[in-house]
Amino acid sequence: MEDKKRSIDPVVEPLLEKAAREGIKTAWDRLKEQDPQCGFGQLGLCCRHCSNGPCRIDPFGEGPQEGVCGATADTIAARHFARMAAAGTAAHSDHARQVCATFLEAAEGKVPGYGVKDEMKLYELAMDLGIEVANKPKQEIAIEVGKKAIQIFGSQEGEIFLTKRAPIKRLELWRKQGVVPRGVDREVVEIMHRTHIGVDQEYHNIIQQAARCSLADGWGGSMIATELQDIMFGTPEPILSKVNLGVLKEDQVNIIVHGHEPLLSEMIVVASRDPEMLALAKSKGAAGINLAGICCTANEVLMRHGIPLAGNFLHQEIALITGVVDALVADVQCVMQSLGEIAQCYHTKVITTNYRAKMPFASHIQFDESNPLESAKKIVRTAIENFPNRDPRKIQLPNDKDASCELIAGFSHETINYLLGGTFRASYKPLNDNIINGRIRGIAGVVGCNNIHTTQDIAHLAMVRELIKHDVIVLTTGCSAMACGKFGLLTPEAMQYAGDGLRSVCEAVGIPPVLHMGSCVDNTRILMAATAVVKEGGLGDDISDLPAAGAAPEWMSEKAIAIGMYFVASGVYTLFGTNFPTLGAKNLTKYLMEEIESAYGGKWAFENDPIKGAHKMIEHIDKKRKALGLDKAKERVLYDMAMRRDLG
Amino acid sequence: MSKLIAAAAIRGAHKIIGRAEDKFKEAREKFGENQDLEFPNTGYYLPIIYGMLGYQVKKLKDVPYVLDMCKRLLPPLVRERHSLPYLAPTLDAGMATLFAEEVMEAIRYVEQPDFYVKGEEPSDKNIWLGAADDIILRKRGVEFVDGTAPGFAAIVGSVPDDETAKNIAMELLEKNLYVFMASEFQGKQFANQLKNAGLQLGWPTRLVSFGPDISAAVFALGFATRAAMSFGGIEPGDFRKILIYNKDRVFAFVLAFGYVNDEWYANAAGAINWGFPTIADTPIPEVLPTGICTYEHVVSNIAHKDIVQRAVEVRGLKVTVAKVPIPVSYGPAFEGERVRGEDIYIEAGGGKTQAVELLRMSDMTAVEDGKVEVVGKEMKDIPVGSRIPLAITVQVAGRKMQEDFEPILERQIHHLLNYAQGVMHIGQRDIAWVRIAKQAVDKGFKLEHLGKILHAKLHQDFANIVDKVSVKIYTDDAPVKQVVEEGKKVYKKRDERLEGLKDEEVDTFYSCTLCQSFAPNHVCVVTPERPGLCGAYNWLDCKASNEINPTGPNQPILKGEVLDQVYGQWKGVNEFVQKASRGAVQAYDAYGVLRSPMTSCGCFECIASVLPLCGGFMAVDRDFKGMTPVGMKFSTLAGMVGGGNINPGFVGHSKFYITSLKYLSAEGGLKRMVWMPKQLKEEIMDRLKKTAAELGVPDLPEKIADETVGTTEEEVLQYLQKVNHPVLSLPPLF
Repeated sequence: MEDKKRSIDPVVEPLLEKAAREGIKTAWDRLKEQDPQCGFGQLGLCCRHCSNGPCRIDPFGEGPQEGVCGATADTIAARHFARMAAAGTAAHSDHARQVCATFLEAAEGKVPGYGVKDEMKLYELAMDLGIEVANKPKQEIAIEVGKKAIQIFGSQEGEIFLTKRAPIKRLELWRKQGVVPRGVDREVVEIMHRTHIGVDQEYHNIIQQAARCSLADGWGGSMIATELQDIMFGTPEPILSKVNLGVLKEDQVNIIVHGHEPLLSEMIVVASRDPEMLALAKSKGAAGINLAGICCTANEVLMRHGIPLAGNFLHQEIALITGVVDALVADVQCVMQSLGEIAQCYHTKVITTNYRAKMPFASHIQFDESNPLESAKKIVRTAIENFPNRDPRKIQLPNDKDASCELIAGFSHETINYLLGGTFRASYKPLNDNIINGRIRGIAGVVGCNNIHTTQDIAHLAMVRELIKHDVIVLTTGCSAMACGKFGLLTPEAMQYAGDGLRSVCEAVGIPPVLHMGSCVDNTRILMAATAVVKEGGLGDDISDLPAAGAAPEWMSEKAIAIGMYFVASGVYTLFGTNFPTLGAKNLTKYLMEEIESAYGGKWAFENDPIKGAHKMIEHIDKKRKALGLDKAKERVLYDMAMRRDLG
Repeated sequence: MSKLIAAAAIRGAHKIIGRAEDKFKEAREKFGENQDLEFPNTGYYLPIIYGMLGYQVKKLKDVPYVLDMCKRLLPPLVRERHSLPYLAPTLDAGMATLFAEEVMEAIRYVEQPDFYVKGEEPSDKNIWLGAADDIILRKRGVEFVDGTAPGFAAIVGSVPDDETAKNIAMELLEKNLYVFMASEFQGKQFANQLKNAGLQLGWPTRLVSFGPDISAAVFALGFATRAAMSFGGIEPGDFRKILIYNKDRVFAFVLAFGYVNDEWYANAAGAINWGFPTIADTPIPEVLPTGICTYEHVVSNIAHKDIVQRAVEVRGLKVTVAKVPIPVSYGPAFEGERVRGEDIYIEAGGGKTQAVELLRMSDMTAVEDGKVEVVGKEMKDIPVGSRIPLAITVQVAGRKMQEDFEPILERQIHHLLNYAQGVMHIGQRDIAWVRIAKQAVDKGFKLEHLGKILHAKLHQDFANIVDKVSVKIYTDDAPVKQVVEEGKKVYKKRDERLEGLKDEEVDTFYSCTLCQSFAPNHVCVVTPERPGLCGAYNWLDCKASNEINPTGPNQPILKGEVLDQVYGQWKGVNEFVQKASRGAVQAYDAYGVLRSPMTSCGCFECIASVLPLCGGFMAVDRDFKGMTPVGMKFSTLAGMVGGGNINPGFVGHSKFYITSLKYLSAEGGLKRMVWMPKQLKEEIMDRLKKTAAELGVPDLPEKIADETVGTTEEEVLQYLQKVNHPVLSLPPLF
């Protein structure tokens, strides 16, 4: 551990040193204490599903090969893997459920301050949900959309309706494979049932349900969350902002929003600009109120409001160590329990806001959906009132030029459509065209978390740089996006790192070679973008035909497994780094990384070296290019009159 | 879009929109907000604004809406560091620029009514033509439809010298492209450079000098926009379809000569929305990735000698140039050029001497292919400025040649000879009229070359039916007279043959879908008694065309079961129309206007409309610019009728059809004709008299009102009553 750098982000080390001086433990210290971590667990070979266990399978083939109940390595790992997918789906979808409920209440006029910001998107979603929009008032449509949206969770039969957005061929494939999800809750529950002792003991069958459940996430829960959030809070458009701890300000009240939901943070943005709040801040000696974010709550308010990012997952503790955070406001997911304890060493108030997610040493201010602004003001007020409690001796803010970096965010799939042709010629055609002509070799989605086993951000950065260098345009979300942002890859100037072809396209459109598409729930934007590319034509008729690949080089959460699985089931080659939870189960791993491709057109891959990982992705992209006949340069077609008659 | 270009274009848009705002305020102050605002004689208002926004600018008070839209489209200036994506904002800025310029040009028409000349050609003092009216649009639009003009080059600026300008223009013309010109560079304008180099400017020569300012670019893009609405049948406001239509069908591009300033960039950005790229002679940044245009968007630093070829490649245009062994340029672009008095080397026909042409088929053995004989004097023997008698006789043989095809091939002589630069041809048969310019003779053009042209082109264009062609040209009185005598007999026989043909006597009609490249749902059905609405294709033409190109736009349609003899509906025809219109049209009447008349592409010579008060019909041709009794000018009517839609009460048709016994015969036919422009009536008078006599109303022609009688239905009705027009004794129309 001593040999490996903890982060490649230069702001981290000085603050970790400060933490050490102050006797504060961080994730890196706790990892050291965990060392050696359980090898069986790492390989997916430990089963605790009943109290006959825990059972462990010997990965070397010398010890036991079956658990007490007879479950083999493949069964144990598959069950574990499926439960991760279920947990990930549950996380995204419980978030989505809250969004749906709030949306419906807002549509009914019960939530002051919330309404329909993106009317066009409302109508589009309504039509996708089979709701008649003609001659109906907006509110009525919104209520119908809300009611219908919420059905995706509890429905028992049929097909989750947003799966119809997929290319026709994909939907048919899902039907053939029996994986079109019926309802989000049902698929999650069914995994929990099937992975109980003595139920599903055939790993193909278990993975089939993991796929079905994950699709309920990608084309269900996650997608509806993104859609309704966009409708309520506005579909993101390109926006300039900053990332890294340098965005914290010594002379202002610093509030960090952390977690994954925009419902409250949207209003915290409003409250932080409220004159009453600003006056209060001033009265406490602060020059203003500075809002910043960590994890995907941050991405949500960045995408829509340009609120700066304090950092990604492994930055959460370090942010507190700066000593200038007056309040850290947490909602759900990826919030370390240690925050409460670290805050004890500073004046920082950790405020939990969601009844689902409480922790010791934090104060809880429940977010009241019937009056979001009041909740938000209460929180902001708490932060302001805490400002005078700062201990100047404990303040250490990174302030060199690398302490923060500018970035452009706000790339929704709708915005990309606009950006490629303007108001009058908006379409994905220029993207398809330049993939076809080879200026862009392919598309990669690089997403996911920070993982403590990897030097923070190193894998994201290495992989993304390698991809763009080889003319692969990168779509990114979540903590990966923040890693790219910290190192300037989200600016148009980063096109200098891209290959000639990709650079020429970036220069033409004025975009960075790496496009920040939002939070991890917003990975569905990537699905929609891929679908838009398929529908534009010229690159096959299914997502699996596209020269595209996905990766989560520093993944760690169960949500990542759900996301990875819905990408694979949607036909995408999906490469994970750091670790993979089935490596101890040979047959299962072979199935996931090879055989599954014949069923879904996509498959899993594992590669710990991000450069090698990038090249595996490129290899896959080239394979798809070849299948599309794009591996050879095409001659320019000149059109005579007869050919023109055949156009259009 | 390179950042430099984007930044410049957006700056340019800001400036232009600012200017338009000032101009508008000034004009409102001066003329009041109720001042009419329009481009002359068009039914498309300010066409870019109308096409893109579906918004009709009719008065000054309509302008704020447009300027407001401009401001909504206008993005902020591009930041130096960490710029936001700029391609889309630049395209939007370009579009806003064009809206603003259209407003400014329209205000100019109010402020300086004589700034632009009216009509197709410049005057001696003023070379600037301004907006094309709808007559020009329709006439020239047809050339874009049938492919004789694949597109246009929109030239801005100027080149270092007149000779270079001429060379570039000639190269464009040789590729059949129109040359549209605007703006200036270093005080010189490309259009003036061409004029100085001795070229004739104007629509007929395809050298269209729009205006001296960059804002005249809107005339080019407005023309393209109207083409999509007029021929493509695309609704105003359906901007996406209009733009894609242009990208796929109108192969236009911008040639930027000289320093590209912010305003030029803004206009170029606007043009990219239409899929029209810019090719520059200066080293500006390039935009090579594809997507909005078919290929590159901006290509720069191209030498003048290469620029036309490069532009054509960038636009993705395949030009098929006729190879004709003559010493002058050859192509449709030269069709409209005139040989003026002072330029004439020789002249034949035109009332001064006799000129005649006759094409006959012969046995294969009797024709020596490629033989061109000049009997009498050749050019070298004829002094400059001479008038000579001339007979051009063509002998054609081919396994699939038929006597019926003779007149069709003979009619080609007109345009085939006209395509040669420096050769002017008017008329046909024994009223032909030929002029050959000194400039052509200087280049070595001889009379023999007339034959060479016909030999080469008849082979090229009619390979399916023509195997051998020989030409004999006579330049002495006696043999010319002999040809005239022979010709008269042949012409008479031919006329009788076609006129005698009745719809009932044939079992096959022909389709014409030539215009589907522009009007995708439109299908013409051509019958012996109802020629194509463009007047260019009669039943025999279509028959021949089908022989020549069996998979081409003229397909035989077996009439099949007669569904309605009166209205002219046949099972086979309906089935064909359904299929060929891709289901858009289920059935139409060949002989009626009230129920569901035949569709129109936009190329019609005339439009017939019902005049309900009179219980009759009127027909107006496209050359008539005045008001008609139906309350609309031809241009407005044309906007309604074109585009492949069925419009009960209105129908587009040829001039010839008016004198057919099948003319709207289901509803009373020619007897109901109550109004026509005087000029049209006179043009078809001979046949009109004949048909009227056949219908038993020999005095009908003088009972048909015209604009000298009135242009309101009330006036027409009074006249009808005064002259006791036969329509008064017919049963009511409704």
